[in-house]
Amino acid sequence: MNDMARLQKQRLALYGWMLVAPALALMSLFAFYPAIATLWHSLFTRGTTRRPSVFAGFDNYGDLFADPTFWTVAWNNIIYAGITIPVSIIFALIMALWANAHIPARSFVRSAYFTPTILPMIAAANLWLFFYTPDLGVIDQITGFFGASPTNWLGQPETALASVIMVTIWKEAGFFMIFYLAALQTIPPDLREAARIEGAGRWTYTRRVLLPLLMPTTIFVFVNAMINSVKLIDHLFILTKGGPNNASKLILYWIWEMAFSYFDSPHAAAMTILVLLTLGLVAVIQFRLVEKRTHYR
Amino acid sequence: MNTAFASHPAKRTLPDFDKILDTIGAWALAIVWISPLLFATWAALQPSGTALGLDFSSPLTIENFVYVWNAVPWAGYFANTVVLVTLILAGQLVLCTLAGFAFARFEFRGRDTIFILVLLQLFILPEVLIVENYAIVSKLGLFDTALGIGLPYMASAFGIFLLRQAFKSVPVELEEAARIEGCSWMGVLWKVYVPAAKPVYLAYALVSIATHWNNFLWPLIVTNSPDTRPLTVGLSLFGAPETGVDISVISAATIMTVAPLLIAFLIFQRQFIQAFLRAGIR
Repeated sequence: MNDMARLQKQRLALYGWMLVAPALALMSLFAFYPAIATLWHSLFTRGTTRRPSVFAGFDNYGDLFADPTFWTVAWNNIIYAGITIPVSIIFALIMALWANAHIPARSFVRSAYFTPTILPMIAAANLWLFFYTPDLGVIDQITGFFGASPTNWLGQPETALASVIMVTIWKEAGFFMIFYLAALQTIPPDLREAARIEGAGRWTYTRRVLLPLLMPTTIFVFVNAMINSVKLIDHLFILTKGGPNNASKLILYWIWEMAFSYFDSPHAAAMTILVLLTLGLVAVIQFRLVEKRTHYR
Repeated sequence: MNTAFASHPAKRTLPDFDKILDTIGAWALAIVWISPLLFATWAALQPSGTALGLDFSSPLTIENFVYVWNAVPWAGYFANTVVLVTLILAGQLVLCTLAGFAFARFEFRGRDTIFILVLLQLFILPEVLIVENYAIVSKLGLFDTALGIGLPYMASAFGIFLLRQAFKSVPVELEEAARIEGCSWMGVLWKVYVPAAKPVYLAYALVSIATHWNNFLWPLIVTNSPDTRPLTVGLSLFGAPETGVDISVISAATIMTVAPLLIAFLIFQRQFIQAFLRAGIR
């Protein structure tokens, strides 16, 4: 009998492995192996037909740190993250509060906020081109009406990154809104009534009651926004191509450029490893925060 | 909702200052948010060259759409995107169902370790590994094929995680009942678990379709012919400003690219938002 049970258990284990195997194989091929191979290749020089690639230790990383473009691009990405994350979260929260309020044409309002989410980033960039075109674009027509001179929004270093940031906020705020919307719908309306009876104004209620209750959602949205600040670069291909003079270049675009325009894959690999380390840090922070959160429950 | 109103009949009739402000604010933001799309639609319907003037007296035309349709193999791009999205979704559904089922209902050595690896993959973005994945896809002889674009996305950690959660919430009694009737493991999966997780499948499918319909960077890297290029890549080649294409023509191309998903969204709005919600809450 005991043997039978053990045999049964072994058979189940075998089934389990067989079910996981296809997914695990693909995941290894396109995530784990490439991650390790990237690390490996980042330690070698670029091979040519004349000179095969040789082990270089951390030279590629040293080159990156010595390259002023690295610091420009990294700094751009920090600004990109530092602005898109808080601003889209604030917009998302305001949108959710409005989309949850009893106002006329609420479903139109909701759709309007959400629509950019389902557009490709490339299409979003094309739509915004219409706003940014110097002199003829919508923004310049409006500012021109008030007597301002035309601005080359995408073509000058001072405004290129900001223009790119605008598109990202426009694209992701509506997506984050729905998570807040879902969270708001789980908050009992009695709470607001109770706060009102206690004499709390709207602002106090939002700050003291709503925001703390929405904290788990904010953490979730924050982590997603962090990942997006690495991932969302498609619009650069249309709007600025990282220019002018690297003023709007972001890390992932730079990796693409190094690997597929300059065919310098060792440095691209080194940069990729730095990004993976950053993402790993985000993962650790998230797991920590989630852990903390469950302690309170 | 209705009962809340009924209990304060006086409040509804009073002009509520806060509510008026809310409405104005919400509408204003909605109009600002939707305006890029409205302007593009307007521009696409203008004769090329006049669009930016915002002259509302000029007649509308569909000539830009006709021009775009003839200038680019649009029908081909469209078909490529449909094939790609279908292929990825089919692969994801099969692989994630099997793996999710294993993680939810089977005990085997190393399961928890593997599951942590799966979670880790949520952070190892396929977008970041473009260099090595390009090498792998080329070595497999899959460069410039739909399978080459789709394969890296099929073992989706997100899908596995979502389905594992869904399968775990299915009561074990249901499974036992099916086993008594003589169902095999595959029978149990197909007859008990898959039907129980239907809403999750719908949610996941919608998110997957929207994601891959819109994906750009990876398809850009692994395609180089009109026979495999999806819509987004086609649009980017077409819309590049240095080609000197008129903005109303670019607008027409953009509207054509987003129209299928946009129309689907407007029809299935409720399901769509619900789907994104369900998929996003981990």
